[in-house]
Amino acid sequence: MPAIEMLQTEEMKKRYLRTEGLNSLWCPGCGIGTISGAIVRAVENLGLSQDEVVIVTGIGCSGLIYNYLNFDGFHGTHGRALAAATGIKIANPKLKVIIPMGDGDCAAIGGNHFIQAARRNIDLTAIVINNQTYGMTGGQYSPLSPHDSKHTTATLGHIEEPFDLCRLAAGAGASYVARSTAFHVHQMVDLFSNAIAHPGFSVVEVMSQCHVHYGKRNYSEVASEMLFWYKDHALNVNRASKMSEEEIGDRFITGELVNRIRPEWTAEYEKIIAKAQARSAEEKARQDVLHREKEFDKQSQPEHQGDEG
Amino acid sequence: MSSNLKLMSGNEAVAEGAIAAGVRFFAGYPISPSTEIAEVMSRRLPEVGGKFIQMEDEIASIAAVIGASLTGVKAMDATSGPGFSLKAENLGLAVMLETPLVLVNVQRVGPSTGIATLPAQGDVMMARWGTHGDHSIIALAPWSVEEAYYLTVKAVNLSEQFRTPVLLMSDAIIGYMKERVILPDPATLELVERPRPRFAAGEGEYLPYGADSTLVPPMAAYGEGYHWYANSSYHDQHGFEATANNREAEYLLWRLHAKITEHRPEVMMTESYELDDAEIVLFAYGSVARSALAAVRQARQQGIKLGLLRAQTLWPFADLEVKAIAQMPNVKAIMVPELNMGQMVTEVRAAAGAHVPVISLPHYDGTMIKPASILASIDRFYRGELTEETRQIPELAIARHYS
Repeated sequence: MPAIEMLQTEEMKKRYLRTEGLNSLWCPGCGIGTISGAIVRAVENLGLSQDEVVIVTGIGCSGLIYNYLNFDGFHGTHGRALAAATGIKIANPKLKVIIPMGDGDCAAIGGNHFIQAARRNIDLTAIVINNQTYGMTGGQYSPLSPHDSKHTTATLGHIEEPFDLCRLAAGAGASYVARSTAFHVHQMVDLFSNAIAHPGFSVVEVMSQCHVHYGKRNYSEVASEMLFWYKDHALNVNRASKMSEEEIGDRFITGELVNRIRPEWTAEYEKIIAKAQARSAEEKARQDVLHREKEFDKQSQPEHQGDEG
Repeated sequence: MSSNLKLMSGNEAVAEGAIAAGVRFFAGYPISPSTEIAEVMSRRLPEVGGKFIQMEDEIASIAAVIGASLTGVKAMDATSGPGFSLKAENLGLAVMLETPLVLVNVQRVGPSTGIATLPAQGDVMMARWGTHGDHSIIALAPWSVEEAYYLTVKAVNLSEQFRTPVLLMSDAIIGYMKERVILPDPATLELVERPRPRFAAGEGEYLPYGADSTLVPPMAAYGEGYHWYANSSYHDQHGFEATANNREAEYLLWRLHAKITEHRPEVMMTESYELDDAEIVLFAYGSVARSALAAVRQARQQGIKLGLLRAQTLWPFADLEVKAIAQMPNVKAIMVPELNMGQMVTEVRAAAGAHVPVISLPHYDGTMIKPASILASIDRFYRGELTEETRQIPELAIARHYS
């Protein structure tokens, strides 16, 4: 992929990264830096103006992304990033609104906003950084934590089953759904590009290592070992489509899972504006006619006033 | 002029006031007794090219309103008790991001589900202290349908001027009641726009949280090329995290308050009735002030020297105005009728100091306070039966527990 090579330049860094915000608040080896880089490359690939992109975040490690990217940015409340993004997009539909969220931010406290945004099919791009735990608070289980995984709030193993976030998004109506990992950078950039360009609610789930809080309790506290685990356990959707559930086993499916066109909210609302303005113009015309008739009656019958007592 | 004569409810007047003030975005969630505001906005906004969305809950709706405001659009939200509780966290977000917005609370009886369609003023302290942390706020309270219109315009203007959320504390009486109003030609209204950066994007360093002597920072809109952060964490003038910088943190919190308190005369609105020779002064706000004024008129006919201070601005509190009354030589007492167990009375008491007794007239059964009930309290005061210390126990409680 020569495009990626081209993007590795100092020029790219200068344009898209805010160095004032550094040192990075993320732990060394964290996947979020890689994902941030992929977001920037997707923006560059699409030839978008920096001025038309807004990065909207909630709370958690993912909520720090706005700190390092040179776009308009928003750091709001836990779980509510998609709701704020909805207001931004509706008020200015020209903006490309990208919402990086963690698995807790998106699927726990923000779960309702996630499925409602998918149902509405509003043109936002949700990038769900799934490290399968709450990283910032030190490793508690999330709705995307695997069964029997270990967390500070489940030291004996987690008794719940996780959501399959992509199926949840697809079921709720998202019109673009994809999955990648922090290892598959090229794929991730392509999927981000497709998602941002897609006219509707798009979701890309990215498996991303939190070796510090999740890895050390469950697999490995070495970032690279977790990345290789993702490499080994990622199964491309094209291959998976020819395999049985048993053959797929504990691997997760990556690539483009849903890509369909559904009516998009802001485009549909433009039609409502047109209808509402037509309705009010009709109403005004009707009122004008009534008014003129009344005036005419007044002028044509002055001498009869009082006759009817 | 006659075509602007309308019969409308307070909720409708709020919506029309918002449109006239330039509000072009509304996100809401149905809840009695505020729902009509959302319904009217859903019809009116697209007619004027604005946007309406019914969100999935009250939290989402205020979050969406904050987002919309950051794109440079005047934005509003409306709710009632339980919804007000749900919005509390994001109200603090709006304070911190210095996002202009108006949140209407058509108050109903609480706590919890309470009595959904009956009036109360039980949220006035929550209006002041409802979100966590030491935040600043402006809150206004209309007493009529017509004033609901004008205070909505005022609320939008103040929110823009000071880059702050402004609360319009209506109640179920004002919201549902229909009155005759004469709406002004919107072109005659004085509208305020948020302070804007003095230079175009890229022509200088824009500090989204750098304020001049007004203490209100200029506000760029998303999409204009300024590339700025709206940051809910403590931040410096650039918007960068300042969570480890105590001096910046201290300065930010001071400025969030001072930008309002240092402009007190522009925010403070009160009205006085028959105060010159008053022996007893009522302090009232919102719908209760109507009963209070009726009581003043009736008392004067009976030769009782009763006056009224009506607060249109609830927060910041009218402490100087109350203090001035408390120091008037004729004044023997201040009484505070409220549709709650006695909330603003604590502020009145603090402002009055030791000069005069401040007597609470609490009323919390979901009905209006009648002028006769206020006059009865005045009678009891003159007979020495009602003091600051008098325990005011409801009839049923006396029957069940004290007889």
